[in-house]
Amino acid sequence: MIRAKPILLTGILFLLIFAPLILETRYSQHVMILVLLYVALGSAWNILGGFAGQLSLGHAAFFGIGAYTSAVIASKTSLSPWLAIVIGPLVVLPIALIVGWICFRLRGPYFTLATIAIGEVVRLVTLNWTSLTGGAVGVVIRPSVFDGTSKLPYYYIILIIALSSIMLSSVLSRRKLGYYLMSIREDEETAESIGIDTTRYKLIALALSASLTAISGAFYANYFLFVDPTIVLPLALSVEIVLIAIIGGLGTVPGPILGAILLKLSSELFRNEFAQANLLIYGVLLIVVILFMPGGLIGGVRKIMKWGARNPRRVSA
Amino acid sequence: MFLLEVKNLTKRFGGLVAVESLSFSVNAGETVSIIGPNGAGKTTVFNLITGFYRPTSGEIRFDGWDLIGSKPHKIALAGVGRTFQVVKPLRGLTVFENVLVGAFAHTGHRSEAQRIARDVLDFTDLAPLSDAIADGLPIGMRKRLELARSLATSPKLVLLDEVMSGLNPTESKEAIDLIRRLRDERGISAVAGVEHVMQVVMSISDRVIVLNHGRKIAEGPPSKVIDDPDVIEAYLGRVNGQ
Repeated sequence: MIRAKPILLTGILFLLIFAPLILETRYSQHVMILVLLYVALGSAWNILGGFAGQLSLGHAAFFGIGAYTSAVIASKTSLSPWLAIVIGPLVVLPIALIVGWICFRLRGPYFTLATIAIGEVVRLVTLNWTSLTGGAVGVVIRPSVFDGTSKLPYYYIILIIALSSIMLSSVLSRRKLGYYLMSIREDEETAESIGIDTTRYKLIALALSASLTAISGAFYANYFLFVDPTIVLPLALSVEIVLIAIIGGLGTVPGPILGAILLKLSSELFRNEFAQANLLIYGVLLIVVILFMPGGLIGGVRKIMKWGARNPRRVSA
Repeated sequence: MFLLEVKNLTKRFGGLVAVESLSFSVNAGETVSIIGPNGAGKTTVFNLITGFYRPTSGEIRFDGWDLIGSKPHKIALAGVGRTFQVVKPLRGLTVFENVLVGAFAHTGHRSEAQRIARDVLDFTDLAPLSDAIADGLPIGMRKRLELARSLATSPKLVLLDEVMSGLNPTESKEAIDLIRRLRDERGISAVAGVEHVMQVVMSISDRVIVLNHGRKIAEGPPSKVIDDPDVIEAYLGRVNGQ
């Protein structure tokens, strides 16, 4: 089992590298890009929401700021909008820290409510700051570096972004920072009592999570070449990111990967097969997973793998 | 010099005085019990020392530091460990991970933290349960896990809130044993909050402080305190209707 893991991971990596060469159609490549984008978003959110237990419903704000950074670079300068992959996080970071500094005084549902408000504030500012953002009309972005005839470069860029997010989560989960975030999730008072500066570590989690989300936003703008507030800043996007992590398995490294694959693939599939009914089926799927796999997909997979094997974790009185 | 020195400590919640002008001290390597009936102010005293509450007035000095106004995590890192009256295990984590988190207090290295965690688990006899999820443990084990997690932060003093409550006789004996070894083998000072005047607790205490309605009504070696008329009154009520 332990030896099989690196072999398995190497295999998956090769598969990911060669997948778009095998599935050559533009549509299948597009779907893979979408899935990877949501893997990156789900993993980024999971650092704050899953590991540290701070449920944010405002991540669209960070995504949107990343996307709009690309748009502003494209419309106001002659630089490449790809630069937003670096500048986006730098723009988001101070905003995230101010938001965290204010919102982390609130706990539980109040923090979540505050993040919804932040998301709406950013959306409304973007909608009304017409001179910078173009308002409701949105911004068309000129393609830069790649001309869009092939989807391959976009695929490999988002693959690198998604893998970085996953690797960060994976490294984090085995280190002091990861354990500190999990302690904060389990009990903030206990965490303080063993020397954990809970405010500081929550801010670190938020900073990492928001920066990664902004990078994905910057990628999005360069790939779709159009942004407007209803596309990159809606509450629905924040909710979708959260669903991916929860459905996949909160606070686990592979959770958001499974969540993104299931939700994005099924929504694409249902859109093709069932037209308007696709949201209905999507909803039913969510309910089924929530009802029967409270630990998310990864919890379900682990449960099945443990079936029949002895269970040494529980201790009776 | 005292390890912990509390002077004229007062805490008011609105009109209620939870702790009033309390002064006491703890020497290095000393085990002190704070006893008092339910509501006497023991937990409030612990919350004041560990920074979870801010005192209305008074001084708290620990190992040369002024603790007033410091955040709980700073006080923990300064060397004051604590357990909670209502145990608060990190539920989803294993016993080992619970202790490991504590061990990260003074090191960023996983291997060093693991070494500390294993050492503490051996000391507290929790090693066989390392892989158990904390949430599933019986109360006696959870109480011990609280102490183990705190010990992993290498404290000089541990504050044990209601160490004995909810334990059966066997578990109580084990807990007493552990507190004794804390002092004898590790030289760690302990302040144990206990609701009832228990002979067993008295037997390991160097000194006993008795609280009633937030005030200290007696202090001294266990044998003296137990015969103090004020203490008897606090627990049993007045004699002869006086």
